[in-house]
This record gives sequence, C-alpha cells and structure tokens, in this order.
Amino acid sequence: MARVLITVPRTARPGEVVEIRTLIQHPMETGYRPGASGELLPRGIVRRFVCTWNGEEVFRAELFPAVAANPFLSFTAVATESGTLAFTWAGDNGFAQTETRTITVAP
Amino acid sequence: MPSRREVLGAGAGLAAVVTVRPARATPERLEAAIREFAGEAAAEIRAGRVRIEVPPLVENGNAVPVTVNVESPMTATDFVRAIALFNERNPQPNVVTARLGPRAGRARIATRIRLATSQKLVALAEMSGGSVRSDSAEVVVTLAACVEG
Repeated sequence: MARVLITVPRTARPGEVVEIRTLIQHPMETGYRPGASGELLPRGIVRRFVCTWNGEEVFRAELFPAVAANPFLSFTAVATESGTLAFTWAGDNGFAQTETRTITVAP
Repeated sequence: MPSRREVLGAGAGLAAVVTVRPARATPERLEAAIREFAGEAAAEIRAGRVRIEVPPLVENGNAVPVTVNVESPMTATDFVRAIALFNERNPQPNVVTARLGPRAGRARIATRIRLATSQKLVALAEMSGGSVRSDSAEVVVTLAACVEG
C-alpha cells in the first residue's frame, strides 16, 4: 500500500467549502526516462483519481505523465452532511488504492 | 518508413525494445489537444475567468506547483464542468484534466507538474453552459525534468 497524505478538516459547517489536499506515494514513471541499460523504462503512472462524499462524486481527475512523482492534488468540496470521504487512485500495472476519512458536518 | 512519431505512437510497450528519442510536443499537438478537450466550443475559446498561478521562474522542473482558479458561482445552474491543463513542449500536451460540479464549491485545483523545458502552460475551463474559457502562462525552467538521459 502506497503511503498517502490526506488533509481534510475534521469538522465543517453545513454549506462550507472545505479544501482537501491529497498526496500519494508513486513514482509516476513517464515512459521517457532511460534506465541503467539505456532502454526506456516503461510508463507506469497513476491515471485516475476520484473523491466521493458519502458515495457521491465531488471531484475526479485524469492524470498524465506530466504530473510530478508522488502526485499531489488539491481541490474543494461543499460540506453537505457528516459521513465518509473516499479517495481512490488507479493507474497502470493494476495500481489501485482507496483511502477514507470521516468528517462531521454540524452548525 | 514510419516516422519517429508513429513508432512512438505504436505503443509504449515497444519502447523497451527500441531506444528512440521521444518526440517533443509541438504547438500543433498542443492545439490538437485543446481542440479535443473543447469539442464543439473549440472555435470560440476566449481568454478570461481562468487564472493559472505558477512561478514565472522555477529552479527544478521536476515538481512545479501549479494552481488553476476559475471564477464561477458553482451553483447548480452555473458551474465549471472541467478544468484541463496543457503544456507546449513536454513529450505529451496533456497534464491533468479535472471534472467538477456544483458539489465542488469552488473551481480551483492545485497540483505539481513536470516541465521538460521552459514553455507555455494553457488552462481551459469548460462551463456548464458549454463555453470554454482559457488562460496561459509562460514558465522558465532552470533544471529541466529528465526526459532524455
């Protein structure tokens, strides 16, 4: 399991726009880099990221090799109700990982 | 005799067998990627409402922080559907394409990108009404992200 760093506030007021920051450990091998033998190392990147709030999608991103290694993504979401945020990364070579965080939404 | 670009396009899987210098993105490929994202609105892309925040000079092209901010109320009837970031001179023109909606609250994304050389970045935002707005920024890179060893 790759290490992740996720920043989500633990609480929010209803209707508040919260900032969510995510980072996952991944080399994002571009496919353009030569290895020790001189041959190009094959591409292996995270291609998709999805964030859901109690199952409802709030953000999705398609990543390409130009995204730096250990891809960092920051975005926002409206706090509607308490529950679980799920973060899913998927990519080449069957890479798939999901993390969850809980958030309490109260006035 | 297939061109270098066609050989590369034939599949990254072949890259392990054939050592070729990667084709660089050109302004034409950037234009093509922009047209593909914008679809029917490609002819009417206008600058404005989109803002790319990126340092004009970066020491290391391996991790350049970039933020794209789009002015939008993000209501159910007026929101940003997608934000796409492109570059001019990396091997491929796309960088990241984000899909949003009213649940996002704000049309603002931030990430870190690789830049193979000093070049122009272009950000497009597709609005819920169908229009596409844009911004561009020039970045000077001191140490390029490693493309050819």
